[in-house]
Order: sequence, then C-alpha cells, then structure tokens
Amino acid sequence: MSVNLDTVRHIAKLARVRVEPAQAEALVGELNNILGWVEQLGELDTKDVPPMTSVVERGQPLREDRVTDGGDPEPVLRNAPDSAHGFFVVPKVVE
Amino acid sequence: MALIEGETGKWEMVIGLEVHAQVISNAKLFSGASTAFGATPNSQVSLIDAAMPGMLPVLNRECVAQAVRTGLGLKAKINLTSVFERKNYFYPDLPQGYQISQYQQPIVGEGVLTIDLPDGSTKDIGIERLHLEQDAGKSMHDQDPRRTFVDLNRSGVALMEIVSKPDIGSAEEAGAYIHKLRSILRYLGTCDGNMDEGSLRCDVNLSMRRPGEPLGTRTETKNVNSIRYVQQAIEYEARRQVEVLEAGGVIEQETRLFDARKGESRSMRSKEEAHDYRYFPDPDLLPLVLEQEFVDGLAAELPELPDEKKRRFMEDYGLSIYDAGVLVAEQANAAFYESVLAGGKRDPKLAANWVTVNYFGALNASGTDLDDAPVDAAKLGGLLDLIADGTVSSRLAKEVFEAMWESGKDAATIVEEKGLKQITDEGAIEAIVDKVIADNPGQVEQYSSGANPKVIGWFVGQVMKASQGKANPGTVNQILKRKLGG
Repeated sequence: MSVNLDTVRHIAKLARVRVEPAQAEALVGELNNILGWVEQLGELDTKDVPPMTSVVERGQPLREDRVTDGGDPEPVLRNAPDSAHGFFVVPKVVE
Repeated sequence: MALIEGETGKWEMVIGLEVHAQVISNAKLFSGASTAFGATPNSQVSLIDAAMPGMLPVLNRECVAQAVRTGLGLKAKINLTSVFERKNYFYPDLPQGYQISQYQQPIVGEGVLTIDLPDGSTKDIGIERLHLEQDAGKSMHDQDPRRTFVDLNRSGVALMEIVSKPDIGSAEEAGAYIHKLRSILRYLGTCDGNMDEGSLRCDVNLSMRRPGEPLGTRTETKNVNSIRYVQQAIEYEARRQVEVLEAGGVIEQETRLFDARKGESRSMRSKEEAHDYRYFPDPDLLPLVLEQEFVDGLAAELPELPDEKKRRFMEDYGLSIYDAGVLVAEQANAAFYESVLAGGKRDPKLAANWVTVNYFGALNASGTDLDDAPVDAAKLGGLLDLIADGTVSSRLAKEVFEAMWESGKDAATIVEEKGLKQITDEGAIEAIVDKVIADNPGQVEQYSSGANPKVIGWFVGQVMKASQGKANPGTVNQILKRKLGG
C-alpha cells in the first residue's frame, strides 16, 4: 500500500488539518515509509488467527442503567471558547 | 409493487429504509447522564458526552438488552459477538469527532417484518441488520445570523439503526413498514416511536429500474420525520429519478435533504467527501460478548407481539382481519378491548364493533386518550350487556353511549334517567300498533289488497316513532304482520 499526493490532501481535508503544498510533498514520502514499515507485518501468516481487538483478555464491562452523571452544565461549558444561554456557540454551519 | 408510468414505459421503485430508533433507557449508551427529553440545554451532559480528553465510555447493559429484545421482535439473528467502531466525521454537534457505532459486526443480523397493507394482505420485508450507536447533539442554526448554538443533551443517547432490505416497492408499503415497526417497538417497550420528538427518524434509500432489470443507482434522502413526509419524499424522488433517466441522464449516488415545507429534496453536496468515514474498532471498547442465557432470558419475557395478537383475536374471537388489525395496532387499545370482554360473557364481535367504531370515534372526536376517557372498559361493557339482554335497542344504545360520554355515568343509570328502556312487553306494543293501524286506513288498504306489500316497513317506522324508538323492532314486526294478516 502506498499513498500519493492526492490521497495525502484528501486525508488532510478529512482530518481538518491544513497542509501547505510543500509539506504535502514531504508527507507523501514520510507516510509511505511508515506504511512500508507496517507492511512488514504482512509477512506473517495470520490466516487462522482472529483479529486482536485488545491486549486484555476479558469481555466488555457493562454498567447499570442508572442516572449518575450530568445535571451541571457549568463544567461542561467551562472550556468552550464561546457559550451563551447554556449553549455552546460556534461559527454558523448550515447545509 | 407500484409501477410508475414514465414517458418511455414503466418504472419500478426499489426502496430500503434506515430507521433510527431512540432506545428507551434511563441513562445514555456510554455515560450515566439522563436521556429525558426537553431538559434545559447541556444539563444532561457528562464529560464523556462532551468528549473531554481522557474520558472513557462504559456500555449500558439495558441498552444492550433493548437492542436484543428488538432483534428478537424482528425474528432476527442475535450476534453473540459484536464490535463497536468509530465512524469519523466532523460536525459541531459531534464533540468526539466520531460516532461510536457498529459496522462490520452489528449486534443483530437478518430478520423479517411483516407489513399489513390496506387491502388486508401482508408482505414480508427483510431486515438487513440492527446496530447500536450514539446519537449526536442538537444544532440550532436559526437563532442568530452568524452563529450556531449547540446543545449536547442528546449527545450519546442510544439509538438503534434498523436497516431494511430493499424489499419495499411503494410509498404505501414504506408507510406500512414504519407503522408496523413503530407498533412492534412500542409493544416491546424499546422505543416510544414518537416521531415529533425525533425518537424515530427515517432515511429513505431509493432507486428506479425497469421491471425485471438489475438495480439502479440509489440516492439517500435524509431528515424525513413523519410517515407522511416519508411518503412524499418517496413520490418526489421517484419522479425526479424517472425524469433524469428518461432524459438520458444518470443518477448520482448522493445524499439528499428533504424539505418538508416544499415537499422537495435537494442534494447535500457538502456531505459527499465526508462519506469517507474511516471506520475502525473503537480502542476504548472491547468486543461485546453476550451469553446465550442472557438472550434466552430476554426472549422468555417478550410480550405477545402485534402479529400473534392479531392471529389470536381472529381465531379466538372470530374477528375480521380488519377489526383485529385496528385493535392490535396499539397495545393499550388491544388491552382495553380485552378488558371490555373480560367483564362478563360478552359477544366479541359486538364488542369489537363498539370499541373500534363508537368508542375510538368518541376518543378521537374529544381528543382524549384511554387513561382519562369518561367511559372506561367496565362502563362500556355494562352498555353491551344492556344491548345483549334487550334492555336497550342498538339504535338507542348510541344515544345512551353519548350521554355516558358526556356525564361519565354508567349505562343502566342513563337508561333509567332518560327512560330509554326498550319496550318488550307485547301488550304495550300491541296498543301502539292498534292505534297506528286505526289512524291509517289508507295504508292498511294498500297492504291488504296486495298493492304495496312494502308498506309494512312504513308501519314499523310509524310504530317505532310513536314509541320514541323504544319498541323492540322484532316484536313490532311480528305483531304488525299478525294484525294486518300478512
């Protein structure tokens, strides 16, 4: 697997990261190096090995259905750059 | 399968629905914040829902149980192992920058939903899958010209996304599908089905093809939040696609946004690139592994569902498919009907007729619901008993019922107060008949000469009128025939 300049631009856009044209050129090489390195794993035969989703051998812990949290907007909003009337306020986004 | 007549021949609709049903639970899918509707902004938000750094999600057992119950109600395969994944996209009301959802391994696999069509027939619609996911927050765009306000109360509430197979062939079938799905969800108690409050939301996938040909390219119309709008959106999109195809164009696979005010949809071009969601298993959550006993326990507690109840009503009570369908659509209505029956030895068909026509009619007209209606099951049953034993005629029973509805009194009291008791005493009826015969020699002549045998009906009418509707019509008929020598 390898990426080209268009893919790098696309990924940057999806991640909302601004990448200057010169940086993008350099990133193609860097990302391909990383991908090549990871691809060494493909040399292992993992045909009958189920994907490992965690290093912890245990099931999903479950919580009881009780309201134990919320009820206080202040800490939720405290770090917001802007808020008003209990809402987060962001620049207008409309489809 | 509804065919659309285009300029160049017939077209067939292929529709699949994605329904987002909000799970009934006290707390959210991965946090302990409340799910209650209509609270003040951001008052039901934990730091997990606000995606503060370092916060970890912990799955709510009841939300899992609700998804399994729903899967069982849809006769679907329950997957004992399922995996939560991250669906990545940016939007201000999605603070995590991803939605925790299920993708390759949903909790519920294939099932089936039987829809009821207006002509009494049924059709099986395949269920593709059901998965659990988080809801997003709510953005308000119309409060300020330059700013958007975000409320995260809904953020993290559990949703079930229920995806149908593309087995739906018309707007009518789509409506029947949502009706039936909502009815099942309400029976199960897994979603309140309230479309006004957004507890049930629907996306429409639609493509057109020539009958018998392979599937065409589909579009997805979002934001259709009532059954009527779903049907409008389908009609609109089917027409639009036929026009494009017949003009030699191609359908773009795209997301469209329905505008309920205009009854139209428009392309959401901005969504296109964002469709690259880069799913991957959520490293904060282990695979969900269920024990078969857990599933069996839930299956054992499942209530009787609408289809089973309908079959039982038809078999045990001899009801028509239509009456049974009306009664089972809402669990509370079916329970009301059965409590009317339970109060005594009552004719199930007569009871069904009174419940569906007169009683539901009065509920609708007065805008009340079962819980605070002035006439309860016992009182309605009392009226049915008075009809059955001949105390009131069916015609006067309607008058009695109206008076019961207005006053809240029971049927026997109304009959007594208003003097509406049916006259079954032959002597009393005979006296009225004699008077009517004596007063109308002309009509008697018409009857006895054989010139107009139908005049007997007129006599019955006169006697009923003279008795203020209280005479038993059967007895009146008998006595008249005897007296007139018929």
